[in-house]
Amino acid sequence: MKALTNRSKVAVDKELTLMERLYFPAVLKGMMITLRHVFKKSATVKYPEVEKEFAPVYRGHHVLKRDEQGRENCTACGLCAVACPAEAITMTAAERKKGEEKLYREEKYAKVYEINMLRCIFCGLCEEACPKEAIFLTDEIVNASYDRKDFVYGKDKLVEKMDNRIDITKRQKKY
Amino acid sequence: MEFALLFKILIVVGVFVLTLLVALYSTWAERKVSAIMQDRIGPNRAGPFGLLQPLADGVKMFMKEEIIPGQANRALFILGPCLAMLTAGMTSAIIPWGDVITINPESVPFSEYFTFGESKTYIVQAADINIGILYAFGVVSVGVYGIMIGGWASNNKYSLLGAIRASSQMISYELAMGLSMIAVIMMTGSLSVREIVEQQDGFNWNIWYQPLGFIIFLICAFAETNRAPFDLPECETELIGGYHTEYSSMKLGFFLFAEYFNMFISCAIIAAVYFGGYNFPFMHDLGLSDNAIAIIGIFVFLGKVIFGILFFMWIRWTLPRFRYDQLMKLGWQILIPLAIVNLLFTGLGIIVFK
Repeated sequence: MKALTNRSKVAVDKELTLMERLYFPAVLKGMMITLRHVFKKSATVKYPEVEKEFAPVYRGHHVLKRDEQGRENCTACGLCAVACPAEAITMTAAERKKGEEKLYREEKYAKVYEINMLRCIFCGLCEEACPKEAIFLTDEIVNASYDRKDFVYGKDKLVEKMDNRIDITKRQKKY
Repeated sequence: MEFALLFKILIVVGVFVLTLLVALYSTWAERKVSAIMQDRIGPNRAGPFGLLQPLADGVKMFMKEEIIPGQANRALFILGPCLAMLTAGMTSAIIPWGDVITINPESVPFSEYFTFGESKTYIVQAADINIGILYAFGVVSVGVYGIMIGGWASNNKYSLLGAIRASSQMISYELAMGLSMIAVIMMTGSLSVREIVEQQDGFNWNIWYQPLGFIIFLICAFAETNRAPFDLPECETELIGGYHTEYSSMKLGFFLFAEYFNMFISCAIIAAVYFGGYNFPFMHDLGLSDNAIAIIGIFVFLGKVIFGILFFMWIRWTLPRFRYDQLMKLGWQILIPLAIVNLLFTGLGIIVFK
């Protein structure tokens, strides 16, 4: 069998030589290894004080985008729900009434839009399926909670706030 | 009041506080050393560098619920940690922390309240008994009872297994330990620790004459303090804590604390017997007064002990645990014959060179 790395050693059940049975050279070797680690930099990130930056492709908490005039992009077509392998997304569509043109971009919109964050596997397929650039995954982390029903996120948590727009340009594909 | 008595009380209290403090901070140092060797940071939340961590641990231990199992033997269950702590603390009496200090009656503040004897010299040691080494070995052997009684009284198979392991291990390794120590005693011709230290003046340390004896003694010290690679009595992976499985709250704390106590004492004995105690190289060429050298010597001794403790930790975080039959084989078939050979060669050396 070919070894994957040149560091691996094949275990053989052979008699130990006197040098090996003395055990002391091995002990000293081991102590040198631990001593070498004393001078190595620790790999710990001191979390609450120092936060590690996420990769630009990190997939966290979803956001339902609005366009420049503050209208919701989502038209409740249901493609995200179809694409979702974990079946985490549900929605109810509704027709836009007169006078709501400022709220929704097109004639149809999602009255209810829910993502179950316990089911979601953060694969990002909903984002790829969306034809209207309405749903994106952000670099925000889903908060912990004591109650399972708190993890079903409705529109109140998903739609982006006007005073707190979320920048998703780094997630938009450039062709 | 007699001044010699006051000095003695000061030494005893000082030694007691020092041992407690060193043992307390050994728990912190152990975690820090292990962290550094594993490229981690270790405790750093309580105080700067986590220096208040031992206090936080102590508070936690005291606050926890104290459980005595229903089937346990109550009296023995309580006696176990008491004995472990008591014997761990008793050994520090014979350790010579420093050379003699000369104190003039005139230089003592409030000297009118004290009576002074004829001698103006005072030793920095709780008790200079002429059988110091024997006393230490005796007390250490009693220390096994704390673990044994604790494990037996718990009425739990894991505790009992741990206690059996501990007692057989400590009895086995005491033999090799004693034999390697006899070689030193043959060389110095005295059982008093102070005299052994005094004979290692300057850089004339015993380790240069007894390298093999030192290694045997060191290995046995690891086994006696139940530390890795010989931590079989409490191996978490097999015996879920061994003899202290059923213990909780400060009783558990005392067992754990006794281990660090023992480690400090065995490092002190190693430093005194093999590394010249409070002696340091070129101590007489510095042109300092005897008192100054004695005070430097105290710190030199403590430095040696702290280095010893760090070495114990270094070994612990390097080596994996022995299997039990390997442990017994090492003790009976290798260390004891080696110690006897060492004894023979020491005797030959004494005949040839004296």
